[in-house]
Amino acid sequence: MKNMTKTSKDNLTTILMIVAVYVIVMILRSAGLINSQMDGLLVPLCVYATMAVSLNLVVGILGELSLGHAGFMCIGAFASAFFSKVFEQSMGVFPRFLFAILIGGLVAGIFGFLIGIPVLRLKGDYLAIVTLAFGEIIKNLMNVLYVGRDANGLHFSLKDAASLGMAEDGELIINGPLGITGTPFDSNFTIGFVILLLSTVFVLNLINSRHGRAIMAIRDNRIAAGSVGIPITRFKMFAFTVSAVIAGCAGALYSHNLSSLIATPARFGYNMSILFLVFVVLGGIGSTRGAIIASIALTLIPEVLRFMADYRMLIYAIVLIVMMIVNWNPRSRAWIQAHSLTKLFRRKEGS
Amino acid sequence: MALLEISSLSIQFGGLRAVDDFNLTVEKGELYGLIGPNGAGKTTVFNLLTGEYKPTEGVILLDGVDITGKSTIEINRAGIARTFQNIRLFRQLSVLDNVKVGLHNQYKYSAFSAVLRLPSYFSTEKQMNEKAMELLSVFKMEGEADTISANLPYGKQRKLEIARAMATNPKLLLLDEPAAGMNPHETQELMDDIRYIGENFGITLLLIEHDMKLVSGICEKLTVLNFGRILTQGDTKEVLGNPEVIKAYLGDD
Ligand SMILES: Nc1ncnc2c1ncn2[C@@H]1O[C@H](COP(=O)(O)OP(=O)(O)O)[C@@H](O)[C@H]1O
Ligand SMILES: [Mg+2]
Repeated sequence: MKNMTKTSKDNLTTILMIVAVYVIVMILRSAGLINSQMDGLLVPLCVYATMAVSLNLVVGILGELSLGHAGFMCIGAFASAFFSKVFEQSMGVFPRFLFAILIGGLVAGIFGFLIGIPVLRLKGDYLAIVTLAFGEIIKNLMNVLYVGRDANGLHFSLKDAASLGMAEDGELIINGPLGITGTPFDSNFTIGFVILLLSTVFVLNLINSRHGRAIMAIRDNRIAAGSVGIPITRFKMFAFTVSAVIAGCAGALYSHNLSSLIATPARFGYNMSILFLVFVVLGGIGSTRGAIIASIALTLIPEVLRFMADYRMLIYAIVLIVMMIVNWNPRSRAWIQAHSLTKLFRRKEGS
Repeated sequence: MALLEISSLSIQFGGLRAVDDFNLTVEKGELYGLIGPNGAGKTTVFNLLTGEYKPTEGVILLDGVDITGKSTIEINRAGIARTFQNIRLFRQLSVLDNVKVGLHNQYKYSAFSAVLRLPSYFSTEKQMNEKAMELLSVFKMEGEADTISANLPYGKQRKLEIARAMATNPKLLLLDEPAAGMNPHETQELMDDIRYIGENFGITLLLIEHDMKLVSGICEKLTVLNFGRILTQGDTKEVLGNPEVIKAYLGDD
């Protein structure tokens, strides 16, 4: 059972890594060594890293290919921003943002649960296609959703602002393709760090528990998992819903960092979902730490290499294909295992 | 009352009646063998018993309780566990974790205590580790607890499957060709292990096997299947002396 201590050491390393990055950034910042461009990236970095943790739970741990994770982030972003707009005047900043994050997570979680019911009955490619469609539907829905508020309460429409039928003094909160403007800027790097840290601890603790083992058992062999009495549907739903909740919280962090929240393809479309998938795959499918590192690297590198921006998606696609081949080809996996550093060291110890 | 009572069990795949009018009674504590040529329908019987397939006809009673048509999960909870002819391990998990997945329904704590690492998490995990190590020690595999199960040699993978099935605390354990791919030495070890399990864990065993040395060495009773139908059943010696059985086997070879 060295195993136990090894995994807990591994988890501790991941957590310390996140804390260390935070501390270093805070020191650099107070020393004035972070330019405004970098500073503007800090919250998105936390958002993407949290998304990587979230998607890794579905792709790496549950073993289902979800291509619609930007959809859950989108739901969290809009639900939380909506909440903050409604309660902008009536609540203090801190409790309001805390509730906004919880609501972002909750609403995304409810959607995750509802979508999981039909989707998780599908397998492999079908699941990937349906989740892809879900992400696109959510994004498009947000572009035609109008919500306003007047003395009579809330008004909803999927047509236009006029058909809300609001009173003169009514206030438009979600304005179709123009989205939500004027969400309070409640996000900051420290809150982003806390959300990332909590999500990571949550997921790591979950993985190393009877629940996590059940989820991984389903991933490795569904029939065998059923034969030892693991309730398969329940654990698939559980993992999917938890992942959606985390994505929703990341969405809340995201929306409170934008002056205008619009469901553009660049922010919530399938390219974004694919980008999250690249984080997970590049991080070594199933490794939470790897996913976080990949998300940070892939967010920073394009900023540094701005001149290559045009080729970004192309490079991601190539990375994705190469990693998939390397990861899922039994021969290359065997090669990696045989040539891994730990194995080399162990052999030396043995001789 | 018998532990397992199967009456007139049948399943049809298209035009093929893979199992036809199958009857079997296994008493508590027995070591029972199911044999027959390839394609006779033996694995299909296991799949019917564990709810993987739903029977076209027939009734299955476990300890007097009707489990016909129940789900795999309900049937495992009712007390049947199995191994697979083509090994099905949780390949990316360690040997220890494979067994601990088997303990899932025996040792519980909430997801809440897992995430917050409450004391119940630590105490239950400790008990699970002890129980899993105890099961691994039956097969002298304590030393491999941390090995990723996919990296185990073939014979040990088969043993790990048995340990994992035992972890669910079954009344009846179904072993599908447990000695397949093992060398004579490993097979001998396996025979001793199976006997040990039958005697010390209060588990009744029903096993499919081609290795006649193993079958005649440990099974008290046998049922012979051929083309989905029972050829004969009874005490091992009598069955193996039956000319029809010899013919069915020679015909297959
Ligand atoms: N799911 C299935 N669909 C169609 N035919 C099946 C299925 N499962 C088993 N069979 C057929 O049933 C017969 C018995 O197979 P099986 O029980 O695996 O034999 P064995 O005695 O070698 O274990 C074979 O002819 C096999 O092709
Ligand atoms: Mg078979």
